[in-house]
Amino acid sequence: MCVAVPMKIKKIKDDKGVVGIGGTEREVSFKLLNDIQVGDYVIVHAGFAIQKLDEKEALETLKLFKEMEQYT
Amino acid sequence: MKYIDEFRNKEAARTLINSIHKEAGEEQITFMEVCGTHTMSIARFGIQEVLPENIRLISGPGCPVCVTPNHYIDHAVALSRRDDVIVTTFGDMMKVPGSSSSLEREHIRGNDIRVVGSTLEALQIAEKNPEKNVVFLGVGFETTVPTVAASLIQAQSENLNNYSVLSAHKTMPEAMKALSKGDVSIDIFICPGHVSTIIGTKFYYSLVEDYGIGCVVSGFESLDILQSILMGVKQVVTNDQKVENQYTRAVKPEGNPKALETIYAVMEPSDAEWRGLGVIPDSGLAIKDEYSSWNTAKQIKVDIEDTIEPKGCICGQILQGKKTPPQCKHFGTDCVPDNPIGACMVSSEGACAAYFKYKVQ
Repeated sequence: MCVAVPMKIKKIKDDKGVVGIGGTEREVSFKLLNDIQVGDYVIVHAGFAIQKLDEKEALETLKLFKEMEQYT
Repeated sequence: MKYIDEFRNKEAARTLINSIHKEAGEEQITFMEVCGTHTMSIARFGIQEVLPENIRLISGPGCPVCVTPNHYIDHAVALSRRDDVIVTTFGDMMKVPGSSSSLEREHIRGNDIRVVGSTLEALQIAEKNPEKNVVFLGVGFETTVPTVAASLIQAQSENLNNYSVLSAHKTMPEAMKALSKGDVSIDIFICPGHVSTIIGTKFYYSLVEDYGIGCVVSGFESLDILQSILMGVKQVVTNDQKVENQYTRAVKPEGNPKALETIYAVMEPSDAEWRGLGVIPDSGLAIKDEYSSWNTAKQIKVDIEDTIEPKGCICGQILQGKKTPPQCKHFGTDCVPDNPIGACMVSSEGACAAYFKYKVQ
């Protein structure tokens, strides 16, 4: 039931909009999120964006993986 | 794809696997995940196979369809037999066997049952069919519940009185607490990523304090799960159980306040029955009285058949981590995804379906 794919916001109109990833697009509701803008990545579940993806945190996690590789 | 491929990097995976082997020691460490998508990811990426032998991964009650008791399926079947009802549901409910039928069988018999991708589609069906009662089957955890709550708020504001929800919603924290008190020994919970995007991380502290079980909130890609296992292993070997958040890119300590507000505007905690676990106090969400006009159970009365559980199916024990799918005599022989005996083989997130699809031994 949970789709774990982060999708990029392409359009916002009122509390709806379009998100996309890898060539596919779909319409979603933004009723469950505040403070979003075009270009943000969001986690989409059952037609609703349920959380904004924190790109800074994503990069931090990836940096940690890189550092681990260097020290092992 | 961005934010997916990077989290499946092979070199990084190798490093994490080596670190897990280095840190794991010899004592048995048991991890339980309680999210159907984690069950699938672990099977799909073959994670158990690359871990040291003393690390055991078991699945808990993380598949919403699997924990839904037969009585609910029978209720939905009874509703679908009424001429004035259109049943709308997420696809994975269709094949779940009830006591004597399933939604799929009722659909083949000509009853109006429609698969939807979201509650918004169910609302549209209600708008287009004013002469029918459109029932949405509300099954799921905190990730799904806000989307259902939002549909009830919309129905109320638009005076859409032919839409209602048959609610069997459940919340994960009380179930995790029940498992912590149970007879399966769990060292670390791999906490559900998307449930946590909604509820945050606050609840998990009580599992650490009251039961000494470490908690790691995890993402869904291979590196996420391996890193979460490494975090959990370190907690156990240093005897430093705590709440850690591996999935910081999507999970905030406070969760999603707007989604929580939406849930509790419409619903309130209630006791709920879980397949395998029985009735757990306060582990469900029921529709509040002020929304009873959109509560199917209050609006449409049907006779529901007596519940019969499938013979020999051990789904209930699998959902508690007491047994694994290959320990069931039906697994892979007369119980397969195309012809399932129990719910755990039906849902794409069920432990039996995951073991079968990815040939986990």
